Amino acid sequence: MNSFYYTQSTKAAGALQTDQKNMPQSVGCSLSLRHQKERKWFSIFSSILSAAILGMEVCPVQVEADVSDGLPSFTIVGFASSQVKEAQERVRTALKNMEIALPPKRITINLSPVGIRKEGAGFDLPVAAAILCALRLVPASSLSQVMVMGEVSLSGAIRHVPGVLPVVIRARELGCHTCIIPKDNEQEASLVKDIRIVAVQTIKELIRFCTAPEKYESIQTAGSQKTPGLQRKYEVDFADIQGQESVKRAAEIAVSGFHNLLLIGPPGSGKTMTARRIPTILPELTFEESLELTKIYSIAGLLSKEEPILLSRPFRAPHHTSSAQALAGGGRNPKPGEVTLAHRSVLFLDEMPEFSKRALEILRQPLEDRRIQLSRVQGTYTFPANFLLVGAMNPCPCGYYPDMNRCTCSPGSVQQYLQRISQPLLDRIDVCAESPELGYDQIIGSREEESSAQIRSRVEKVHLIQKKRFQGTSCQFNSEIPPSRVRQFCSLDEEGEQILKKAYESLHLSGRGYHRILKVSRTIADMEGCERIGAAHVREALGYRTPDKKYWK
Amino acid sequence: MKETKNTGIQYITSDSPDYPRRLRHHGAMPRELYYLGSLPKDEQPTIGIVGARMCSPYGRAQAYSYARFYSSFGIQVISGMAIGIDQEAHRGAMDAGTPTFAVLGSGVDVCYPRTNAVLYERLQKRGGILSEFPPGSPASAWHFPVRNRIISALSDVLLVVEARERSGSLITVDHALEQGKSVYALPGMVSEELSRGCHKLIEQGAGIAYSPEILLKEWGISCENPAQNRKKMNLGLARELDLVYSCLDLRPKNLEILIKETGFPAEKLMNFLIELELSGLIREIGKNFYVRIQK
Repeated sequence: MNSFYYTQSTKAAGALQTDQKNMPQSVGCSLSLRHQKERKWFSIFSSILSAAILGMEVCPVQVEADVSDGLPSFTIVGFASSQVKEAQERVRTALKNMEIALPPKRITINLSPVGIRKEGAGFDLPVAAAILCALRLVPASSLSQVMVMGEVSLSGAIRHVPGVLPVVIRARELGCHTCIIPKDNEQEASLVKDIRIVAVQTIKELIRFCTAPEKYESIQTAGSQKTPGLQRKYEVDFADIQGQESVKRAAEIAVSGFHNLLLIGPPGSGKTMTARRIPTILPELTFEESLELTKIYSIAGLLSKEEPILLSRPFRAPHHTSSAQALAGGGRNPKPGEVTLAHRSVLFLDEMPEFSKRALEILRQPLEDRRIQLSRVQGTYTFPANFLLVGAMNPCPCGYYPDMNRCTCSPGSVQQYLQRISQPLLDRIDVCAESPELGYDQIIGSREEESSAQIRSRVEKVHLIQKKRFQGTSCQFNSEIPPSRVRQFCSLDEEGEQILKKAYESLHLSGRGYHRILKVSRTIADMEGCERIGAAHVREALGYRTPDKKYWK
Repeated sequence: MKETKNTGIQYITSDSPDYPRRLRHHGAMPRELYYLGSLPKDEQPTIGIVGARMCSPYGRAQAYSYARFYSSFGIQVISGMAIGIDQEAHRGAMDAGTPTFAVLGSGVDVCYPRTNAVLYERLQKRGGILSEFPPGSPASAWHFPVRNRIISALSDVLLVVEARERSGSLITVDHALEQGKSVYALPGMVSEELSRGCHKLIEQGAGIAYSPEILLKEWGISCENPAQNRKKMNLGLARELDLVYSCLDLRPKNLEILIKETGFPAEKLMNFLIELELSGLIREIGKNFYVRIQK
């Protein structure tokens, strides 16, 4: 039995040697020689650093391997999910296909700490590495202070895994000097500086690295060199929208103060078209924001080969059949939901009243706290969820109210339709505008309209004003001013005060509604560069107020 | 006349001397009538005002002002307490002071539709709520066409404010014609679906209620100062504000249309609209849809 093992491994080393001509000869030789020497010592144990992702947190995991005498077996212990347990078959076959046969011995893998559940295929590569170390096929010293993760295919190739970026960041914090990751994840990992990234394509490359870590140079493939330009263009632009002045104005106000927006209009009036263009007038992502978003998308496994790093703000538009879990983040080990995927960008809910009540009510906490907390048996997970909510709805089930020639709804059905959006949720929407039907000249589109870039430059100025104003406070934008400090930040001139008083009495505003108007007028005043809020600003804010329940009459 | 325990609900049978005289003349009238508040007075004239529930701001405004006009002449307004035209008719009548009466399609202790709870309370004090259905009866769909015959029987004259071509109000009209009452219809724009039922009635011979005082001759009431053709009101608005105001009427117009008509940019126009809204001259009836408030 033993002899079989050795011949195989020697052959493997030989194969390695002949395969990679650029590798120094001595490496292959030393590999086989060392085995000859150490053949009597089987007190074999090794430990490799890898990581598990719990929500947004990265928890370091030691993958320990032990090879001992006994009946041949391969066991993985340490609270591993079935995906992780399957690693044994993948690793065994992959090693075989790399011409490294496992000895008929008792192989035990332990994932420590045992207290947390491990999921995903990312443990394949550390398991393989741990076995190779345990068998002394590679020197254990080469993998100390090295973070390893990757999925192994039966052929021995290393495949893309989710969550590489946060793991690399954590590895740097833990003081690791190198990270071994799949080649497909190289670009996202390259966002992290001051840590060596070794991107491998096959197990052979891992072995090659381990035999001479300092000399290893990863094979450059076409495309990996190319770093995407930091200025990424959006496919849509506000210039595409003809007319719709009032909606554009409302969108600009909403983005300037990060106010949530509700668009009401008949079918086909361009609500979705407007919403889709809102990310284009938000300021460009900074490097930190880009890193943060890439981290979220990495964990969600949504980074594609075409877009390995998020450089533009995402636009999330979940369908109205989405469940509450899809919005909030679901699963035993929760994955980011839509509210988190829309972080620092736009969450668009088309046909808002068609969403289930449970799904809509879930938005209330993240809208208030700008993050979402999910409790599971294992613990509480916190995800960032600082998004701009854009809702779209029809004014009635048929969509044509108040055009009585076309509206076929009964008063009861209109009321019922509107009641699907609860008042507490409406209270969190500051700006509301009607999206009017398109006329013929708007459809043929002949006028030169303002581009997103022009609007964005104005928005950036307003964001700058807010940044100065809220220095040293927890707020970032006008929409986040807490009720206790509204009067401090939103100082009105005399005429503005009078208008607001009159409006409060005659339009039956609620206390919350009053604060909303003040915050929106603050934003409008900022857009005009005014320190004090004037009558004109208050009036315009009143025009974009969110309707209350008694509204449609 | 008996009163049921503690609920204030009274009921009256057809052999009682207090049973409304107007109902006696017709067949198929209920033997028992339940009511809250009071019953319409036999010696005072009555008018039935009916129309669509899903009505336009135009119909709403007219229902209110017509009812208010008749009420100020001591005419009792009869309607059905539904949302839309009925509700506005009761409101207009109450604002002028003459008692107004609602005939329900449910028990008198059941407020249907529930959104009219305030109106329901006010009606009990400033008129009455009547029903042939025993207290506690739910508002079943078949109750409504049946109760319409009571509305028409209680009214000397029936006025239809807004009705589609196939509207429940036309059932009331059929009953009224059978009972030999005069029927009037309020004209609207020919392009409006909601006025088509009324126009058809006029074509079939109903009176045209182009002004409230037309109907007064039915009772032989003379109107001393008939409402003059509305003079061009000078509200003393600023020039630009007046321009915006003049673009508005009782048909809802949205911001986009107004931007086109006035040529003002969105932010400026919004300012004018809110100024007009706060001065009580216009009203927002759907998000960014505005109509005038009729004085």
